[in-house]
Amino acid sequence: MKFPALFGRIAFSTLAALIGAAFALPLLWFLFAPFNARAELGLAIPDPFTLSNFNTVFGNGFAMQALWNSLIQAVGGVILVGAAATLAAYALSRSSIPGKGAVTYILLLFSSVVSGSAAMVPIFLIISAAGLMDTHLAVILTFAGGLLPTAMFILRDFIDSIPKSYEESAMVAGASPVQAFFDVALPVIRPGIVVIVVWSFVNIWGSFLIPFILLRSSANMPAAVAIYSFYSEAGTPVVTLLAAYSLIYSLPVVALYLFVSWRFGFRFFGGIKA
Amino acid sequence: MSNRLRALALGLVGATAMAAPAFAVDLDVTCRCVIGGVNSATAEWIENSVIPAFEAANPGVNVRLNQFGGEDAQLTQQLALDFSTGAGPDVSAFDGFLIPSFVEGGLLKSLDEVAGAEVNDWSGWDALSEGSRALMLYDGKYYGIPLGTDVRMIHTRKDILAEAGIDADTWQPTSWEELLDAARAIKAIKPDSFPLQINAGVAMGEATTMQGYWLLLLGTGESVIDENGKFIVESQGILDTLNLYKTVYVDEKLGDQRAQLLADGRNRSFANFRDGVTALLLEGDYFYRSVTPEGSEFAVANRDEVQGWAKVPAQEPGKGIRGQDFVTISGGTGFVLNPNTDSPAEAWAFLSFMNEPEQLSAFQALQPRITARTDVEIPDSPFLTETSQTLLPLTTARPNDPNYNAVSSEIQRMTEAVVSGELSPEEAMAQYKASVTAIVGADNVVSLL
Amino acid sequence: MTTEPITTEAKKVRNFSLLSNRAGAAFLTPAGLLVSVFVIVPFFWVIFVSFTNRTLLGRTALNPEFVGLANYLALFDPATFFQRGQFGFSLILTTQFVLASALIGQALLGLLLAWLIQTVPPWIKRLTETFVIAAWILPEVVIGFAWFAFLDRDAGTLNMMLNAIGLPSGDFLLDQPFWVIVVFNTWRGAAFSMMLFNSAFSSIPPSYFQAADVAGATSWQKFRDIAVPLIRGHIVTNLILITMWTFNTFTPFLLTNGGPSYRTELVSIYNYRVAFQDFQFGKGAAVGVIMMLINLAFALVYLSIGRKKKAPGT
Repeated sequence: MKFPALFGRIAFSTLAALIGAAFALPLLWFLFAPFNARAELGLAIPDPFTLSNFNTVFGNGFAMQALWNSLIQAVGGVILVGAAATLAAYALSRSSIPGKGAVTYILLLFSSVVSGSAAMVPIFLIISAAGLMDTHLAVILTFAGGLLPTAMFILRDFIDSIPKSYEESAMVAGASPVQAFFDVALPVIRPGIVVIVVWSFVNIWGSFLIPFILLRSSANMPAAVAIYSFYSEAGTPVVTLLAAYSLIYSLPVVALYLFVSWRFGFRFFGGIKA
Repeated sequence: MSNRLRALALGLVGATAMAAPAFAVDLDVTCRCVIGGVNSATAEWIENSVIPAFEAANPGVNVRLNQFGGEDAQLTQQLALDFSTGAGPDVSAFDGFLIPSFVEGGLLKSLDEVAGAEVNDWSGWDALSEGSRALMLYDGKYYGIPLGTDVRMIHTRKDILAEAGIDADTWQPTSWEELLDAARAIKAIKPDSFPLQINAGVAMGEATTMQGYWLLLLGTGESVIDENGKFIVESQGILDTLNLYKTVYVDEKLGDQRAQLLADGRNRSFANFRDGVTALLLEGDYFYRSVTPEGSEFAVANRDEVQGWAKVPAQEPGKGIRGQDFVTISGGTGFVLNPNTDSPAEAWAFLSFMNEPEQLSAFQALQPRITARTDVEIPDSPFLTETSQTLLPLTTARPNDPNYNAVSSEIQRMTEAVVSGELSPEEAMAQYKASVTAIVGADNVVSLL
Repeated sequence: MTTEPITTEAKKVRNFSLLSNRAGAAFLTPAGLLVSVFVIVPFFWVIFVSFTNRTLLGRTALNPEFVGLANYLALFDPATFFQRGQFGFSLILTTQFVLASALIGQALLGLLLAWLIQTVPPWIKRLTETFVIAAWILPEVVIGFAWFAFLDRDAGTLNMMLNAIGLPSGDFLLDQPFWVIVVFNTWRGAAFSMMLFNSAFSSIPPSYFQAADVAGATSWQKFRDIAVPLIRGHIVTNLILITMWTFNTFTPFLLTNGGPSYRTELVSIYNYRVAFQDFQFGKGAAVGVIMMLINLAFALVYLSIGRKKKAPGT
């Protein structure tokens, strides 16, 4: 290897590592504070190392129940978004329904309005009229509706980039279009679905406003709301407990990411393009 | 009917009765209170005293307390949305100043409209003090029962005043200048301290308006609204008030500017007082009751020795509202009934039950406060007895105006523009004028300049 | 469907449609229902309400009146438009925020990262990717608090590091709130652009780069002359999505509450304040509609750029 090329590779590696480190810095605090019984906002190595913060957090039944609620809502929403978006995106890509070209863009714009807080009122009224207030289903349906346009947009691009010859050859061999979808297309678009699954899980898992507006009883509240029970009477964070709970609350998304990237490889596979 | 069948039938009746006793009624009560969290005493009182006693006296009624741990504004949102759709708790804690806008929005009904004429026969009405009665009153009708009222004063750190050579036990400023002089004396010996705290800015919300701006404005002889109900948008009083803010936070740095601007500023101001960084702090009796007691987050060490209080002076003696030398302002909270409750009679029974002297005394035992009822003693709290006797006769109430909330936000903005040094008092007032006019209309504002 | 004559099937293939309209409609139904109820109905509600003076509290909650364009005119009132805490100020602030944090920050940093990790050793690639993606997927409450601790004036990690290299502490949230949220949003969202560009780069046939290597091209030349033109479509998609997300993002609220003095009040936060703190639904809805029109304008501009530049090449 010539010297300039080697030099270039070292420079590239150093730069990449530096950027990576810069991204890690704001999170560093979370690696230490949960294990420090006297943690404050400053960065400090726990001395002594302790799990007492976690013990206190595990003793908060409301907050523990909330993690389970988050899981119900996120998994429910993900299944609904994943299934509905896959079917719809496939139809938009492979059928000749009139106006399908514009529809995803228009929905994307609509959803940008609805994601603003102004639409919380009609959504509240719809859920209330349907008698779904204070249920997990209310949260699941609302998220599914709100996330679908973007999910369809991403997934449609992905399916468009897959050659039609896959399904065509299956159909030449006698498969029906629906069979071609399930047996041939679905396995090919799986990486795209994985991206949608992770993306919608992360969105639902972290969201505060929708559950806050649609739920009432503490038995149904997700972790994003329950985390506020680690604020003091005056509204200041109880740093030690907040850090410990935040770590527990973050683990599922990190685990999901690691699992998906190990099992499927978490990437877009050249899928998305306009 | 055979015996076996009869037994089965009886068993079925018994089983349903077990699941839901005949005429069983479920009541939901909500307050911004969490045992061990925010307003813990209120939650403990309702959960451990009111509910057991009420259920014992009213068999068949099950009462459940929803402890709401979010912010005040979030509870307001939930209640407004719930009341507009017929959902929500049967009885809820409520801040008096929101009543006009809820009533005008059709979200609250007067108590007798909800629960019938027997409401007016309740013996407790006559026991309410004049001032507190107005807290839950709108257009001559009661919308709830007030639980308590409050007054505002200067909380002092006697140890720090003493260090600056001021006799803390007798210190009582009679003008703004004397207040500033005390702060300057402290600043002189402790250059890094921020002796004076007068709430300002957006982040503190209503605490800016009630604990800061109002207390100064009343001292100039003015109010937010004139006697005809019009909002005053230009006046010498507003300018003087803003100039005092400017002196404190911009010109002489007598106050902690950061605490007015940052999102968690109010807690920073409490911490300043706890740590002796601030010696003079304008707040309600709430500050003494809930913020600084032993064991709380902002507990002042050795409180009985070092924490005192003084009246808020008018700008000059005799220049305050109604010609007063000293001023204060009161707000208050209480409980209201859901206008769409399924069990109005039981809800009213619960509401009046919790406001009987017996239950209120139980509350006083948990946390002494200034009660709305004159026949309930404040036990063993010289501070509350003394301040309420001195200040209640001087007090003023917030205007009963549906637009007050929106105007209050503009007040917070105006003070923030001044304390951040971004606008001059004149410019900030001009902006206030434009914004308030846009909210209430040009017919409802008046200029005193 | 299997009973359909072969000829129709063949014709469909010619029309590039693998799915009959009936099957297509069936596939679209679940998504269609959900989107209709939770996106389209609220969308028209918002449009309708934006022409009324509806509020949550007060007289106009019960009997909202049709006020025509009054909400829109109030938002664009020249007397107050540019004042801090008013719509115009927020709009300008948000435009700067989108330019700085989405277009320059996220897209450029994402592009740079995607290009860098093509060539670096695998372990650096894995590590860097993981941290960048962690910033993207962690819950926003957690992220908000992490940054709050990171930036704390007295004890925060950032100031600790600055002090360690001899620089003075900064009061970032108070003195530079705008740049704080710009850096924050770049940090938070760069992962998406990185992953998208990464996949785009790996879809380019390696032979293109090998040919360039033979010709002695530098990395920059390969990047500029081969990679970027080939992924133009991805760039357009990416810009549409991140612009829209950044334009609508609410997360900076957790860090600054829109303050101090409204200096970080993006339109989404302004919208929240109007609709949910002042409870003015009519005006809040008007803000939402204008935000959508701006998003539409952005999308059209990107699409036309993408199309124009792609045309000669293809």
